Amino acid sequence: MNKTVNPNDLTLDDDNGPLYVARKKVYPQSVSGTFRRIKWGLMAFCLGVYYFLPFVRWNRGLGAPSQAVLIDLPNSRFYFFFIELWPQEVYYFTGLLIVAAVALFLMNSVGGRVWCGYLCPQTVWTDLFYAVERLIEGDRRERMKKDKSSDPMKLERISEIVLKHSIWLLIAWWTGGAWVLYFNDAPTLVKELVTFQAPMIAYIWIAILTATTYVLAGFMREQVCTYMCPWPRIQAALTDEWALNVTYRYDRGEKRTSVKKAAELRALGEHVGDCVDCYQCVAVCPTGIDIRNGPQLECIQCGLCIDACDNVMTKIGRPKRLIGYDNDINIHRREEGKAPIYKIVRARTVVYSAIIAAIGGFMIYTLATRSLLDVNVLHDRNPVAVKLSDGSIRNAYTVRLLNKSGYDRVIAIDANGPANLAIHVIGVDSVTPDRPMIVIPRDSTSELRLLVTAPADNNPEKSVPVRFHVTDIGLGEVASATDNFVSP
Amino acid sequence: MTDHHSDIDSVTGKSTTGHEWDGIKELNTPLPRWWVISFYLTIVWAVAYWIVYPAWPLIQSNTTGLFGYSSRADVAVELANLEKIRGDKMTVLGAASLADIEKDPALLALARAKGKTVFGDNCAPCHGSGGAGAKGFPNLNDDDWLWGGTLDQIMQTIQFGARSGHAKTHEGQMLAFGKDGMLKVDEIVTVANYVRSLSGLSTRKGYDAAKGEKIFAENCVACHGDGGKGNPEMGAPNLTDKIWLYGSDEASLIETISLGRAGVMPAWEGRLDPATIKAMAVYVHSLGGGK
Repeated sequence: MNKTVNPNDLTLDDDNGPLYVARKKVYPQSVSGTFRRIKWGLMAFCLGVYYFLPFVRWNRGLGAPSQAVLIDLPNSRFYFFFIELWPQEVYYFTGLLIVAAVALFLMNSVGGRVWCGYLCPQTVWTDLFYAVERLIEGDRRERMKKDKSSDPMKLERISEIVLKHSIWLLIAWWTGGAWVLYFNDAPTLVKELVTFQAPMIAYIWIAILTATTYVLAGFMREQVCTYMCPWPRIQAALTDEWALNVTYRYDRGEKRTSVKKAAELRALGEHVGDCVDCYQCVAVCPTGIDIRNGPQLECIQCGLCIDACDNVMTKIGRPKRLIGYDNDINIHRREEGKAPIYKIVRARTVVYSAIIAAIGGFMIYTLATRSLLDVNVLHDRNPVAVKLSDGSIRNAYTVRLLNKSGYDRVIAIDANGPANLAIHVIGVDSVTPDRPMIVIPRDSTSELRLLVTAPADNNPEKSVPVRFHVTDIGLGEVASATDNFVSP
Repeated sequence: MTDHHSDIDSVTGKSTTGHEWDGIKELNTPLPRWWVISFYLTIVWAVAYWIVYPAWPLIQSNTTGLFGYSSRADVAVELANLEKIRGDKMTVLGAASLADIEKDPALLALARAKGKTVFGDNCAPCHGSGGAGAKGFPNLNDDDWLWGGTLDQIMQTIQFGARSGHAKTHEGQMLAFGKDGMLKVDEIVTVANYVRSLSGLSTRKGYDAAKGEKIFAENCVACHGDGGKGNPEMGAPNLTDKIWLYGSDEASLIETISLGRAGVMPAWEGRLDPATIKAMAVYVHSLGGGK
């Protein structure tokens, strides 16, 4: 029989140990300082944009939606301020995603995981949920004490817990609610939601996002970053020796001693580190790690440990930034007595910037020069050609005209191909036999049946190209499409 | 029998099942309680499902479930809803005149969409999916119409058919001049060549044009009219144009004249509702051959 070992006594370093350790709940302490202020600012900005953007109005004229940012799925339109995208233009989103990915790479090569620390939704909402928790249950020590307490639940404690979860759910519910507002006119939808007139799908989405926000930000927290998110793994492969990461400057910090002992030793002229082992950097860390162990996967580089350490350094009268944005190169350089160097312009950052500029520039160019009038032509397949009683030959086409502008257009259609072609649009009495005109309402498509006839005395070859031009009579804007004219 | 629970794993501190393979022992890790409860709930759910919904096949039918639910009834309800959604539009279409439908882009689009679907279901077997037709089945894209190509004439043909047995159907057929002994073989050959000459096709060497004209005048003009221009009242085709329903070569013509022709177009009244027939007429007219 084997000897029993208490699993709690084992660590990951133990060869006989388990392959995982159970989560230890993190109780981040409140902290104030530069990076905390940046985080508050960015949180207010990100949440402000997310929660209130659907209510921003944008005048597009009568009959068009007046919401600045709107994903209109039933009508297949996407509105972003002055931009209106049609379904066939979704490649702009592809471009946007590529730019976003490379921007992430660029951020990473300049300042490490700044995305994780300041902008990631998981960070922002978790931070907000922690703030609520702190407000109601108190700071780190109080929360730890309350959680450990084996006393039977007192009414006070229960009401605290209920209040906390209610506020969490309220935030989560608003998060889901804001999401659906991007897909419908916001004021109308709010009214419908309140009066229970909104479509079921809206309530379902609100429920889904309420649940995910509540669970991810309230309970899973740093585990999302450590176990679920792929970015920590990817970024580890993308980072380099010049990237500024939140770094414990061990050249300055070691050896650690107490404040009192350090003063004594310094008086004797011995070398002592600035770190006093106060564990403030660990106490404030939202992922519960010790940054002094060096760069690690769990570190989201939010900079809160920098603030915590700075506060301690100020108190004990030592210079700030024992923990700061730095890289290993400089630690080694300082150890060798050289001045630290920082390089932001490097091959890596230049290439990323160039890619962003190239794709972004191309997108802006295509967006600025994109046509608001478009034509697609589809040749009839059965029959491809018809012989008429007088011996002339006719081909039929389905023509789709797209008017992406905000005004009605009068369009003239010409066919350039074999000589003496007569063209006719079903349902339209042509004034001229070779140039039918038709009105296309704004922001819509029209499908027309177009008949093109070559006279008997001028029957073309088996198959000849024919080019269709559609011209806006008022503005002179032209769009074209090519097809073939076929003889039986 | 060994006591499993006395065998404790040193690493985890948990008991083992007592199973061991090549020194590898199996931990006694029971399924999580929530998992087991979920599993039992699915069993309860399945049993409830059998009772509530139609499930068990019997020899003649099946169990109907507690609430008499059936997916077939669901389909009927959905179809009724669909009709309700479309009802208004189709009513407007049914009330509008044929000419007005073609003038109104929205109604025209609706009629063409509706017509195309119904055409595919009902007409495509003979006329082809795009109305291209085949030998004996008219091409609806061209401008040659046996019974007339105006909107009203097309609608009438769809409604009552040709030689369909309907009281108002188009009547009139090509007689079998050879089979019924009205013309001799050489007369048939001669008149066939004469008919080819009407639309400018080549004729057999040495054929007697005067004799052909005479035979034509005596036998064919009654239906096909002077000069063979045809007569939509009788469904008699125009013999001077370039379009031939049964073929324009001499052999085909001889066959037509000898055996006669009487293609049948079914009547759609009663099978399709009036609004749909209207949509169909507009669709066929808009294929391009309409007059």
